[in-house]
Amino acid sequence: MKIDFSTSFPIYLQIINGFKRKAAVGELVPGQKIPSQRELAAELKVNVNTVQRAYREMENLGLVRTLRGQGTYMTEDESLVGQLRTEMLKNVVNDFLAAMAALGYGDEDILELVRTGMRQKNGGEVR
Amino acid sequence: MMNYADQAVFVEGLRKRYPGAEALRGINLQLERGQIWGLLGPNGSGKSTFLKCLVGLAQPDGGLIKIYNQEPGRQARKLIAFMPELDHLYRWMTVQGTLDFTAGFYQDWQAGRAEELLDFMRLKGEQKVGALSRGMRARLKLILALARKAPLILLDEPFSGIDPSSRERIVEGIIRQFKSEEQTMIISTHAVGSTEQLFDGVIFLDQGEVYLQGNAEDLRTEHGQSINDIFKEVFV
Repeated sequence: MKIDFSTSFPIYLQIINGFKRKAAVGELVPGQKIPSQRELAAELKVNVNTVQRAYREMENLGLVRTLRGQGTYMTEDESLVGQLRTEMLKNVVNDFLAAMAALGYGDEDILELVRTGMRQKNGGEVR
Repeated sequence: MMNYADQAVFVEGLRKRYPGAEALRGINLQLERGQIWGLLGPNGSGKSTFLKCLVGLAQPDGGLIKIYNQEPGRQARKLIAFMPELDHLYRWMTVQGTLDFTAGFYQDWQAGRAEELLDFMRLKGEQKVGALSRGMRARLKLILALARKAPLILLDEPFSGIDPSSRERIVEGIIRQFKSEEQTMIISTHAVGSTEQLFDGVIFLDQGEVYLQGNAEDLRTEHGQSINDIFKEVFV
């Protein structure tokens, strides 16, 4: 597992987001084993306490489960994948709307701009 | 509130004067156990002096220091693995000879750990110290500190003046070897750069005073910046 991160945002949250993203797109499947804290720390070159914090938080969120002496696993809960996709989708849309609003566009303008953008991308038509 | 017994280092009103310069002007710090602390500041901010006072290599002019509840001295020294910034290695020795020589001084030396580290740092026992590059000597120095089972590890400028690949090896070596259940580490550096992911907590030293101390993740949240960016803003 590789997570690209910047350091202007808490690293443990970026690790959690990395796992969420992977679960949402199916790169990690329910019940799949994830690296040990020490392994991930070495791989990301991040302090092991930071990884520990991320794993603890993911357990609280029900995203992963740690079995004593066996390791940490993605939750078996299949519905979570759907929830994560919805969450990601909402974030993308909200970020986009916030960015457009910051540029001074109203709702109607935004809809029109999206249609125009789609037409250009698809060679003249909205599919 | 932090329990006194949870602290690896407790410092109050620490002062140190050198002829013509005041190196430390009343330092107050409490460093929690089990963490990697970044001691950050430009050259001349007092980082080395501070570490030397902890080890007992510099005599403070005032203030209180407790290392795991003990004052600096012979007893406290046993708890500390100190890597000085200066290159103190004997050039005529081999790498293995350097390890064996150092092992003789410390009861907590772990020969197995030293061997693992040697391998990880891509050094060979038969190499002559005098023939090693600067980066390789920096890696050897780090092995000498990390091979000890000391509860407090002090690394003075482990990344200064070495190539990026050695720097990366050293960062990863520290991450792999650090045992948060039983160790605390203080790493001084004047170039935060790509090493900030190492630190649980950071201390900014400015002209012998603590400018800022805090948890690295909290500081990133509060400032919306990397530790490196905050560092650059404070020390332009």
